[in-house]
Order: sequence, then structure tokens, then C-alpha cells
Amino acid sequence: MNDFRLPLGSYVETFVEFITDTFGFIFDFIRAAFAGAYDGVQFLLGEPPFWAIMLVLGVLALGIRGWKFAVGSVLGLIIILGVDQWDYAMDTLALVLVASVLAIVLSVPLGILAAKSTLASNIIRPVLDFMQTMPAFVYLIPALLLFRVGVVPGIVATIIFAMAPGVRLTELGIRSVDKEVVEAGQAFGASPWRILRQIQLPLATPTIMAGINQVIMLSLSMVVISGLVGAGGLGAQVIASLNRIDIALGFEAGLAVVILAIFLDRITASLGSANSTGFIGGVRRALRARRVTDEPASSADTASVPEPARI
Amino acid sequence: MTESIHETIAVKADHLYKAFGRRPHEIVKKLKAGKSRAEISSLGVAAVIDASFEVKQGEIFVVMGLSGSGKSTLIRMLNGLWETTSGSVTVGGTDITRVSAKELRDVRRKSISMVFQHFALLPHRTVIDNVAYGLEIQGMNRADRLAKAQTIIDLVGLAGWADNLPSELSGGMQQRVGLGRALAADTDVLLMDEAFSALDPLIRREMQEQLIELQAALGKTIIFITHDLNEAMFLGDRIAVMRDGRIVQIGTPEEILTDPANDYVAQFVQDVDRARVLTAASVMEPVRAVITKTAGPRAALRTMRDLQTSVTFVLNRDRSFAGIVRDRDVLKLVKKGETDLRGIIRDDATAVLSETALVDLVEPSVESELPIAVVDEKNRLLGVIPRVTLLAAIGNVSTNTGALPVVMPPATISIRAITDILGDTVDDMPIDAEGVRA
Repeated sequence: MNDFRLPLGSYVETFVEFITDTFGFIFDFIRAAFAGAYDGVQFLLGEPPFWAIMLVLGVLALGIRGWKFAVGSVLGLIIILGVDQWDYAMDTLALVLVASVLAIVLSVPLGILAAKSTLASNIIRPVLDFMQTMPAFVYLIPALLLFRVGVVPGIVATIIFAMAPGVRLTELGIRSVDKEVVEAGQAFGASPWRILRQIQLPLATPTIMAGINQVIMLSLSMVVISGLVGAGGLGAQVIASLNRIDIALGFEAGLAVVILAIFLDRITASLGSANSTGFIGGVRRALRARRVTDEPASSADTASVPEPARI
Repeated sequence: MTESIHETIAVKADHLYKAFGRRPHEIVKKLKAGKSRAEISSLGVAAVIDASFEVKQGEIFVVMGLSGSGKSTLIRMLNGLWETTSGSVTVGGTDITRVSAKELRDVRRKSISMVFQHFALLPHRTVIDNVAYGLEIQGMNRADRLAKAQTIIDLVGLAGWADNLPSELSGGMQQRVGLGRALAADTDVLLMDEAFSALDPLIRREMQEQLIELQAALGKTIIFITHDLNEAMFLGDRIAVMRDGRIVQIGTPEEILTDPANDYVAQFVQDVDRARVLTAASVMEPVRAVITKTAGPRAALRTMRDLQTSVTFVLNRDRSFAGIVRDRDVLKLVKKGETDLRGIIRDDATAVLSETALVDLVEPSVESELPIAVVDEKNRLLGVIPRVTLLAAIGNVSTNTGALPVVMPPATISIRAITDILGDTVDDMPIDAEGVRA
């Protein structure tokens, strides 16, 4: 029995080495692109003084959810600042933003493809299962080999880890759009692309946004793990506290992660629901109301024609 | 009605088959070889079996069947939403089973639109944008399509609701939007898939009446799917009855009602409201007691004596209906020796057009003991409907009772008396041969 050994691990190792040697230039390119994107976002978040960032995030919170959430957000950010984790938090935020934007850009089209084609769905589903259940640390190893130490392996591992719910919920959202409404589009001669754009995507938006919310949450949890490969930010702080068994630092860095997570979750969750309660939702409603009264034909009708009884 | 319809074929279905399963073509092959639907059930489901029909331009063609009879599958093959397994569908001259996806979309834009059972409106668009949807796909610019959509919104009775979202409307109003969307697309053919089934009965009736008005005004060809026989009878110029995937009978509502093709249809039509479907023309009986106005009182009296009635119908020279004369009046006239009937013609007999529904005959029938006269558009007398015939028709009893005495009011003067008077007075005028009509 002891002689039986499947050398799967060494096969994968050989394969990764082969890839590194042969396609090194491609990975160098990806590395440069991701690193550039991260540096850009990190610059935007890290360079301005903390109060400017707080102001921007506070206004964002006000616009999307309302004043209560804005006050809470600013209080949370002040706590991060107070426990001296501000710079690390901004690094982590930059990582999360870059990784989740890339994950969304990849996962939504894949989800659309899976919804349109049963064959594609049958291929994509097991791959997603694999990606989701493989222990997250394992992605770090090939990523480390391919992209060397730094933020890029962290971003790549995060994308792979966080993509799955984006694909799944996009597929689910599109597939669960009322069949009759899609048929209506077809019956009036709309092209498949037009049906996707005007019927399926708008109606699937709440589900897709739930997927995007999940992508961002998973990104955040993976970004912390990426501290292991030198991605920096709050992840590095958590790992340092683990190495030194530093309870104080561990709690403070961990709390900063939680505050960021709550902020990102509430923001993206609100974007998903059609009637956001915040300032932007209010503006949207006001605009619609104005359009109604602006249209001369319909306002004239409302005045002259008695409203039919609501039956 | 039928004469006014152009005999152009708007939609033609030719030996349509639709089978679901792993090998649909094999199913169709077996069905064509004479196997029954039950025999192929291990291979899959045969939803539509050998459906052939032609829908004329401007006609309301109703496909009626219970759920699972294949009617929804059938309608979806007519605009290519579902591919046919075998057979062909021709819409406005194009065989849509043989065209590319792009050409099919073109046919749908220009020739055939659809109204759905659960409305299928775009929930994120306002009423006016929903109504304009078909026009938008046709490529009309925004200002034009909104202007046209507004006229359609007024037409379907939704003025003032243009900027509401569908979710703010009741079911009946939402279906008006669905109907408006199909009308705005301005296609010749309208497919309506159980369009009114999700509405409550009062609204449904109202929508049915409105549909008929719109159809009369716009002259659309409508193919209407329903499981409600009364709805089918009310709307349809012709009805196709489906059962287990097959069309078992195609005919006018009256044909289906009076001459069902088999026991299934007969059983089905048992519960239908016959009084609303049957027309005066379909139950009327030949007029026996009838004379022309110029025949004179002696001829009238002779007719009444022979038929033992107290009343006879009088026609003008052009055979149009003039009224009735009663035996007592005629008797007086004969006694006085006058020869002109005109003075005693009464107009207390009700005359109705031949297409009047029986339900509208009940009241006049109650009010007068005289049979109701049935006339055509030119007021020519076609037949009569005595009360007993009306009752027999509504109650679905055989009308061939042969009991003529109850058909006309019985004579009020004895035959002997009449014969005596006819004998006493001089037979000064020959009976007009035209005076008596069988």
C-alpha cells in the first residue's frame, strides 16, 4: 500500500515551472499592468491627507445610503486612524478595489456566457467549484512563482478566489428573468444582444449586484491572506501580529478590516437595490418626477381626460 | 360578416408537428406512420400533431383547448418562438420555418406581434416606453415613436397613465398596455396567448368587447388562444378546437355548437351559453302564413283559413317586410268588399336582423304572442321565430317537433265562418301566386 503514490503534486510543479520558463514575458507584462493599477489607486488613496479621504468616503456614504450611514462610516474611519492603521487600511482598500474590479470584469461576462449557453455553463460550473473550495493559501504558491513577491500575486490569487460568486449569481440572475418577458422581446423582433441589454441585464441587476457584493467581500478576506506573500496593508499587520503573538496589534488590525468590510458591504448592497434610500436615490426619483411633468402631451392628457377607474 | 372579409390568407399552418424529447424527428415519423400520442410517450411528448389551418386577413381565429392540448405550443410556432419539428408556417407570404434568424426577426417586427398571458411588460420601463417598444425595435426615432405610442395609449383607454410603471397598474390595465404594445407595432397579425385568462371575469368581458371594437376599427388579423369556450364563442369568427395536440374541429361558433365533430366537442359545448352564440338565422323557421300586400284581403283570409292561424305576415312588392294583418280585420274588410289591405296592416310584430343573438330575442318574444320576424339588411323576410322555437333552441331541444299549431297564434274565427264569408262574397281577385310562400 505504501508504494502507491500518485505524483500529482510534482506534475503540477513541473507544469508551473514549464509555464514560468516559457511564458515568462506574459507574466512580466501582467505583473507590470497589475502593479501599475495598484500603484495608481494606492497613490489616490494614500497621498491625500486622511481628512480628505474621510470626506470623500463620507459624502459617498451620504449619497448612497443616507446620513446615518455617513456618520457611522466617518466614525469607523476615525477609529482606524486612532489605532494607527490608516495607511495600511488605505493600502488594503487599494488592493481590494483593483482585485474586485478585475474580478467583476472577468466574472460578469463569464456569467452571461454561462447563462446563454448550457455547454459553457456545464464547463464553467466545475471549474468554479474547484476555485472556490481549493484552500485559498494554495493559490498563493503558483502566484508567488509566476509573479514574484509583492502585491501582484496577492491580486491574482484574490481574483481567482473571489470570482466564483460573481459568475454564479450573474448566471442565476439572467436565467431567472421571467421567460415570458424574454419571449416578448423575441416576439417583437429584438436581437439577442438587444434582449440581453434591454431586458435580461436590467432585470437581473439586483442578483448581479448581490454577486458583486460577494466578490468584494471575498476579495477583502483574501487580500488579508495575501499579506503572506508580501502584499502589504492590513494583511501584513495581521500576519506580523500572528508571528509575534501580539494581541493588541492583531485586534487593532483586525478591527480595521471589519470596519472596511462593513463599509464596502453596505455601499455595494445599496447599489443593488433599485430604490436606494440615500441622496442619489432621491435625486433619481426627483428627475423622474420632473420628466413626467415636463412632457406636454401627457400632462395635457392628465388634465383633460378623467382617469380610468383602477380596475 | 364573412362576405366582407378579404379572402387573403394572412397565416397558414401546414401539417405542423412539435415534439419534445431526445429525438423529436423520430417521434414525428412514428406519429405520421399512424402511432397514437400515448404510444410514443416513452420517447417524449408530442405537443402538436398535424395541425393545418388557414387564417384569413381580418379574421379573429380562436384556438380553443384545455391546458395541455398544445395550443400555447401551436401559437409559439406561428411566430417562430419555438421551432417546428415538421411542417411549415407561412406568415404574409413568408415561410418562417425556412428563413434565417435575422429574416425571422424581420418578419416579427413587420408582420406579427404578440400579447402574453401574464402581460410580459418590461417592469423597468414606463407605460409609454413599453407601448413604444416594438417601434423602438423597428428603428423609429424617439419623438415619433412616443407620439404614436401616445395615440395608442389613448386608444386602449390608458390616457393619463403613460408615465407610470407597470407595477403601479392593475391587471386589466397592464394587459391594455400589452395590447397597446402589440397594436403600436402595427403588424397585420396579432397573436394573443390566453391574453385575458389572468383577468377577473368582469374585466375580461370588457376587454373582449374592446378587442372586438378595435378589430372592427383596425382590421387586424387576430389569432386568439383560450381555454374558455364562452370567450372563444364570443370572439371567434372561426374556432379551432384542440385536444391532445390535434385540431379536432375547425368551424364557426355556430357550426361547432350545432354540428360538433365528435363527442368530445359535443361534451365541451354543452355548457356554453347558447343564447349568446346562436343567431336568429340559425334557429328561424320558414314562414308559411305570408302574402304580398297586393294580394288583397280575400287571399289573406284564405291563407289564414288554410293554415288555421289568426295572423299572416305581409310583404311589399320588393319582398320587404311590411307588417302583419289579423283575421278579424281582414274579415271586416272582406265583408265590406274592400280590396286594399294597406289600411289594416299592423306593425306590432317585432322584426330583427338575422345575425341577432338569441339572448336579445327573449324580451321581444315575451312581450308579444306573435312570432318574431327575421329579416336581412334589406328588410326582406327570411323566416320567423315563434316562442317555442326560441325556447327549444336555448334549451338545446330538437326543434323538429312538427307541432305547427303552436308556431302561429291559433285562429280566433272558426274555419266554417271564414269559408262562409269567402263563399258569400264574390271571388273578385285571383290569389297572387306569389302570395303564398312555402
